[in-house]
Amino acid sequence: MINWLASPARFTRISAKALPWCGWASAAVLAVGLYWSLVVAPPDYQQGDTVRIMFIHVPAAWMALNVYLFVAVASAVALVWRHPLAEVAARAAAPIGAAFTFVCLATGSLWGRPMWGTWWVWDARLTSVLILFFLYLGYIALVNAFDDPARGGKAGSVLALVGVVNLPIIKFSVDWWNTLHQPASVMRIGGPKIDVSMLAPLLIMAAGFSLLFLTLLMLRMRTILNERKAVALRLNIGAPPEQRRARERAVPAHPGVG
Amino acid sequence: MGAFIGLFRRDLRLAVRQGGDTGLVLGFFVLAVVLFPLAVGPEPAVLQRIGAGIVWVAALLAALLSLDRLFEADYQDGGLDLIALSSLPLELAVLAKCAAHWVATGLPLALISPFLALLVDLDPAAISVLSLSLLIGTPALSLIGSVGAALSLGARRQGVVLSILVLPLYISPLVFGAGAVEASVAGLGARAYLLILAALSLAALAFCPWASAAALRQALE
Repeated sequence: MINWLASPARFTRISAKALPWCGWASAAVLAVGLYWSLVVAPPDYQQGDTVRIMFIHVPAAWMALNVYLFVAVASAVALVWRHPLAEVAARAAAPIGAAFTFVCLATGSLWGRPMWGTWWVWDARLTSVLILFFLYLGYIALVNAFDDPARGGKAGSVLALVGVVNLPIIKFSVDWWNTLHQPASVMRIGGPKIDVSMLAPLLIMAAGFSLLFLTLLMLRMRTILNERKAVALRLNIGAPPEQRRARERAVPAHPGVG
Repeated sequence: MGAFIGLFRRDLRLAVRQGGDTGLVLGFFVLAVVLFPLAVGPEPAVLQRIGAGIVWVAALLAALLSLDRLFEADYQDGGLDLIALSSLPLELAVLAKCAAHWVATGLPLALISPFLALLVDLDPAAISVLSLSLLIGTPALSLIGSVGAALSLGARRQGVVLSILVLPLYISPLVFGAGAVEASVAGLGARAYLLILAALSLAALAFCPWASAAALRQALE
């Protein structure tokens, strides 16, 4: 299965067909989720309507953690099996994960101001998520810091695996330390503590964000692959005509842009 | 074993002979610590409150500045290829280099910290805790830094990339090291913090040579 997925040309063909479906599906699910969260779901008995930030903050946080896990797993696959698309996938996913982390921190800050009375507090959960944001930025900086993109990809893979140690720290920070951030209400032993009228829109928004991630991931992977083809073609311009034609034949024309 | 000690002594000799790397690091350490009282004002109460943090952050930055010397010179002139090809496993070679780096930079930092504690008006009872926390924590700094140095070998803007990679990972030793001194000043006892700091150093000892060696192999391909 992994070998079948290893061909960039096959990925380009499959993603060309899957991309519109994923895009429209994510738009639809997000629309349904947003309507449910903002209009249908009941206001909190203590927080009133401010609780509706949760329907963006919590799924964004879940995505931030899971996308880093995706980057780490893709990096491990790239290192161990030298899978050609795994490194592209990790490189493509990192900025999306960084954006989700930023959304999580920003919405959390906006939520904290009315609820806790402060924009920021240095408790374990917020600090470790901030560190996650810096790990994303460090990964992006490292893979782009080399003239040879293959070298950057390999270095980034090692860095992604080193940073995985932060994920359990984030997850369990609210249990191990006395934090202002509340403890887990959904992903815990004993099942979710949250009522289904709020759990349902939360899960729908999470599904919508996941589909959005898949859409953006495919877009970015296609862009990265196109960029590499463009670089290869450009490097060919100085070659003698026979060689140039042979190499250009080896780079297949793809149906349409992005 | 002979190769390990040989590499350790070679790196130490280079650090001593190549224009006082130790001296530069210590000089930066002192200057950075001196800047803070000039910035926040000489009020003893304020300085006492933030003194431990200042010394620890300055130690962090000083360690960071000396890290690009760890692998870069050997990478440029081909010595790293020879080390990788030798019978000594690359992980042990990294460990030998980190040990030499620590003796040349981390250990002196820990030893002159009592004098810097005077500059920031630290509680005398806490000075020994500060030195001990630096002594226990600086091996972690050298080891974690070696991972960053190995990853950024041959990168454009190597110094900046190294800093961005390594500073988030430095936050854990910083929190527990400065926290140890704060706890002892508050009378709560620094034992728990120092033990966790020791655990961080031991975990770095177990994990970082392996990660650095993997990164070095990628760089040498």
